[in-house]
This record gives sequence, structure tokens and C-alpha cells, in this order.
Amino acid sequence: MTMPFYVSPEQVMKDRADYARKGIARGRSLVAFESADGIVIVAENPSRTLFKISEIYDRIAFAGVGKYNEFQMLKIAGVRHADLKGYSYSREDVTARSLANAYAQTLGQVFTHEMKPYEVEILVAQVGDEPEADELFHILYDGTVMDEEGFTVLGGQAETIARALETQFQSGMPTADAVRLGASVLSDADQQSLPAAQLEVAMLDRAPTGRAFRRVRGADLEALLGG
Amino acid sequence: MNDASLPFFGPNLDPGSSFVDLLRRVAPHSVPGEAGSGGAAPVDITHGTTVLAIRYADGVVMAGDRRAVAGMTIASRRIEKVFRADYLSGVAIAGAAGPSVDMVRLFQVQLEHYEKVEGEGLSLEGKANQLSQLVRANLPAALQGFVVVPLFAGYDERRERGRVFSFDVTGGKYEETDFQAHGSGGVHARNWIKAGWREGITGDEATALALRGLFAAADEDAATGGPDLVRRIFPTVARIEATGFQALTDEQVEQLADTLLGGREEGAGL
Repeated sequence: MTMPFYVSPEQVMKDRADYARKGIARGRSLVAFESADGIVIVAENPSRTLFKISEIYDRIAFAGVGKYNEFQMLKIAGVRHADLKGYSYSREDVTARSLANAYAQTLGQVFTHEMKPYEVEILVAQVGDEPEADELFHILYDGTVMDEEGFTVLGGQAETIARALETQFQSGMPTADAVRLGASVLSDADQQSLPAAQLEVAMLDRAPTGRAFRRVRGADLEALLGG
Repeated sequence: MNDASLPFFGPNLDPGSSFVDLLRRVAPHSVPGEAGSGGAAPVDITHGTTVLAIRYADGVVMAGDRRAVAGMTIASRRIEKVFRADYLSGVAIAGAAGPSVDMVRLFQVQLEHYEKVEGEGLSLEGKANQLSQLVRANLPAALQGFVVVPLFAGYDERRERGRVFSFDVTGGKYEETDFQAHGSGGVHARNWIKAGWREGITGDEATALALRGLFAAADEDAATGGPDLVRRIFPTVARIEATGFQALTDEQVEQLADTLLGGREEGAGL
């Protein structure tokens, strides 16, 4: 009879974390800010159709970096979770916090129990009536949840970009400034200037009612970046 | 449904972009029309009465009176029967009030859910077919007396025109060329519209025609509510054009109705 090799739990977890981090580092980064008019999310994404940022519910958006099929699956699960909850209770009862917890649970389960962890980092953002009520939940591949204030960065170059933002980000910036700042920090991290065609921009509008999510693209985006 | 965990499905069970199929998987008892069966409804159930939709040059107008009846009793004087389905379409409901409102709520979520999962909205025809499936799913309930017959109208972005669809109790979907009215006073409203409609009618003209059609229905049909001048209750009206679904405010309808009151459709001069 052969004896299986002993691998310590610490080693297993470290290997899985390294694997997930490597996968995420290959992808491009994404930043999200709380601005005066709502939450602004800027991602580097050359595709016009395969989105990294999506609408989940009235005031909630989702963004993911890493492996596309994995965060896309998480996005759909999030839309289902939110729509089921809103249909069974009421639209007001759908919250980013509950969704973030559900994501954390799923990612944590997969990280410890499955063969392969998800190679993703995700963001669940909810716009409030006031900038102080905005919520940014940054969730890692292993289910760690971080409740961020002001801004958050996802992806391989997160540390470099976050360092740049610490000096440049101001709370209560207008939307246009936030979009430009997003484009500039992503460009710096890439050491090349990113034109509108390389960026995916979306925002959660601090409008009083209804669906707050909208994409900023085409001429609108170019005007914002150029202005 | 378990609130704390995310809904995941195996490849064979995945409901795709349909919210109704998702609901069937996780909470089948919440799908309207699919719970329970048995004999005919033992009580007088609340019924909404007259609704209509009229196509005009730039879109469609939908309107409904505000009365709901249960047998010979007025169940509500302020019920709303015209709803926004999504940004380019609306649905108006005649029939059993409870199941109707449930169906509209499910239909609204279905359209939004599809749009969010797929990243783009359904075509107008696709939306009408979705509604047709919901009406068909309600057939067992309809046979017990809980009949729901919606009107669906919207602006078709690809064809750049307003379109009107009506449904029968089996889910049959019929596209109307110009207008349709449903419910107990529907035939009176339809006749009135028929006399006044012409190709290229403007939005304001169509709105006036819709209100007059409802007044005409109220004049002949006991279950249709007329303009209530004591309580100041007037029909619900919505217009749908390329710019989106726009419900008229109570004040707008009140003002408009005031200018239209006392016409022939209400019996003046007869």
C-alpha cells in the first residue's frame, strides 16, 4: 500500500492563494471611486462587448477582474440573488452588504473545498443618497471582504495604483474628475496612455429613484476624458 | 429560497436569462397561476375593467379607468391598471385584479432580469412573447375564474413605431394594427375609438381619444368608472415614444379631462 504524501494545510492554502494571485495578476486593473454625483468605476478593457462592470440592481453594481468566465458566472448569480430577493420581499430590501456576504461565502467555500480557487477579485458597490452612505465592498479570491472608504483598486497592479490614489484622490470630486483620475492612474500603471477605446467606464448615479446604473461610452466618454 | 447563499445551477438545470424559470427552480410556489387548483372561485373576486391602447404617429398611448368591482360591489375607486413594463413598453390589465398585479410584477422583473443577464434588452416582439407565456401559465387559474387578459404596447426601436398586442386567456398573442380595448367596457371604448381614429393621429389627439373612449365606456358599462368629479379621480394614462415610457401625472390627466368633459360620449345633447 502506498502512503499519500503529507502536505501541511498551510502549504495547501499558500499554494492555492499563489495560484489565484497569479491568475489575477495577469488581468488588467480596475478602480472605483465615490464621487459627488455617484460611484464611478473605471476599468482597462479593450473589449466593447465583454464587460467587466455590470448592473446588479437599482443602486448596486458589480465589477470583476481576473478570469472572465468566473466573474461573469458570479455576476449572473448576483443578479439572480438580487432579483429573487427583490421579488420575494421588496426592492428596498436588496442590499450590497447581503450580496457581498453571499459572494464571500461562495468564494470562501470554493477556495477551501474545490480543486481550484476562483482567479477573481470582485467589487460590489452601492450608491447612497449621500456620499457618506456609499458602500464599496472589495472581495478577494478566498472570500475576504474589505469594506472600503473613498476608493478601491482591484487587479494585479492594485498596490501601485492605490499608492498613487492616496495622494491624488479627494472625496467629493465631480464625476468628470473621477473618470479622468481613473484613466490617468490606470495609464500610469501601464506606462502608456489609455484612450477611450481601451477603457470601460460605468457609474451609479446618485439620482433619487429607479435604476442608477449607466455606462459612459463613445462620445460621452471622450468628452469627459478630453475636457 | 435561501437568502444567504448564491443561486448556482448545474449545466442541465441552469435557467439561463429567464427569471420565471429561475423562480420555478428555487420557489415554484411563488410563480403566479401555478399554485393550487380545484373548483371555481367560491367568492366574487375583484375585477379590473376597461383598458385600452391606441397607436399614433410617434408611439402608443395606454389608458385605463380606475374602478375595480367584486360582483355588484365597487371594490376600489382608485385601482391602477396601466403599468410600466420597462423603459419602452407598458402593460394594461383587465381581469382578476390580484393575479393581474402579480403577473405584471413578474413580467417587469422578467424583462429587467433578461436585460441584466444578457447585457441587452429583448425586442418588443420578444417581450410580447414572454407575456404570452405568463398568460398561458395562468390558464389553470383562469379556468377557476381568475382570468387575466393584458394589453401590451410599446415602442419598437427596430421598426421605429408604436405597436399594440392583445392576448386571450390561453396566452394567444395577437398584434393589433391600430388600437384595442379590453374589459367589460372594452367594446364601447373600441367603438368610440374606431369612429375617431385615423392614420397619423398625434399624441395629444390620441390621448384625448383614449380619455373619451373611457368616458364612453363608463357611460354604458356599470363596471367601468367614469371621471369622478367629487373625489377628483381620473383615468391613468401613459404615453410611450422613442424617448421612453411616460406616465401622465394625476394633475395632467385631471386638466386634460376637465377640458374634455361634457362631450357626446358622456351623453351630452342626447
